[in-house]
Amino acid sequence: MMPSTTVAIEYQHVCKRFNGANYNAVNDVDLRIYEGEFITILGSSGSGKTTLLKMTNRLLDPDSGDIILFGENIRDVDPVLVRRRIGYAIQQVGLFPHMTIAENIATVPKLLKWDKMRIDDRVRELTVLVGLEPDEFLTRYPAQLSGGQQQRVGLARALAIDPKIMLLDEPFGAIDAINRLNLQDELKRIHGGLKKTFLFVTHDINEALKLGTRVIVMNEGRVCQFDTPENIVKNPTDGFVESLIRSCREQERFW
Amino acid sequence: MELIQFAQRNHGLLLRALSEHIQMVLIALILSVLLAGVLTIVAMFYKRVGTFLTYIFSIVYSIPSIALFALMIPLPGMGLGRNTAIAVLVLYNQFMLLRNFITGLNGVDPAIVEAATGMGMTKAQLIYKVRVPLSLKPIFVGIRLALVSTIAIAIIAAFIGAGGIGLLVTIGLETGNDNRILWGVILAAGLGIITNAALVWVERKIK
Repeated sequence: MMPSTTVAIEYQHVCKRFNGANYNAVNDVDLRIYEGEFITILGSSGSGKTTLLKMTNRLLDPDSGDIILFGENIRDVDPVLVRRRIGYAIQQVGLFPHMTIAENIATVPKLLKWDKMRIDDRVRELTVLVGLEPDEFLTRYPAQLSGGQQQRVGLARALAIDPKIMLLDEPFGAIDAINRLNLQDELKRIHGGLKKTFLFVTHDINEALKLGTRVIVMNEGRVCQFDTPENIVKNPTDGFVESLIRSCREQERFW
Repeated sequence: MELIQFAQRNHGLLLRALSEHIQMVLIALILSVLLAGVLTIVAMFYKRVGTFLTYIFSIVYSIPSIALFALMIPLPGMGLGRNTAIAVLVLYNQFMLLRNFITGLNGVDPAIVEAATGMGMTKAQLIYKVRVPLSLKPIFVGIRLALVSTIAIAIIAAFIGAGGIGLLVTIGLETGNDNRILWGVILAAGLGIITNAALVWVERKIK
């Protein structure tokens, strides 16, 4: 795929340190992501990958550096408005248990006061997009769905207003291997059809290499390498990336 | 048997005491819930205010009720009578209501709160669309506990001339009329037990 030349997300020397810590959770991250890319952020826990993601929709703010979305410095924009323009899905899904699936998916359109017809159409369209049968699922409650189905609803909810940027924080982390593969394929399909910029956090190297058009490898708050999956496998830039790939190869030996 | 004869002769007196009591308790409860609701919302926006208020009202709650009734009388606008009694009941209720409301609203699954915030809900939307509907149970428990304790504490209010069931007991004590005292106890305990049972039943219906 020919990458677009429009910069969707730009991190300029972004640093974040949490209260009481004596190291930076995110340390001088400086990179550009183009519109339409599927970026995976790979790292172990504590690498700063989730912190970087959460700064992108202002759930956290950097201590220094700037984040520019489509040319606009988000430091100057009301966090609520930034978030409403960005889709957000997390591992625990966080569906609202007191609302039906339809109401869950309609959350952001309702916040934006879409009219009812438009909401209903959009909800059905999204349900189909994420591979669920509308008539069967829309009137159910989250507790009546399996983990995989709940995450599909979570994705539909995040996609509701057709955001240009989607942030996904280990969305398949708690899902069994078979469903996980299905969901990965479908997410790839959804991305391909939508011309959106995806930012997908994972600690699973296979998932990162499979889904990403480019992969950010993070360790101890720094970006070790930011490149295509092929280049990362062929030319790891430092010992950490090398050890990641070696550990992945070693697992394959069991087969 | 004597007890029943007493009731037959004085049913007007007993009913009036009961209805005065219920009125006083209901007014106090409604005002308590309104005040606690407002304070809880303030506490959701300013965490420190919430901690401070809970602390203050926990001290108020530990003052013996008869002392608090007496303390309020000299304050401007208070004095003897039902209004002072209601003010005291409202103050007493704040601790139980605030603690249950605030813990309930803060007890919502953090993943749900994160998802809602990440989607762009404002703090106020998060409260009324997510936090309140998901904490109906603790909110209701707080109201039930406040109601039952108000029924009991309102008995003491008779000492400052607020009427109600307490009046049966105080007059009974002064005149040595055991039947009056007993009826006061029966009505107060009965009202408390029945109200509690009814509310527990309703509580089970809430998910």
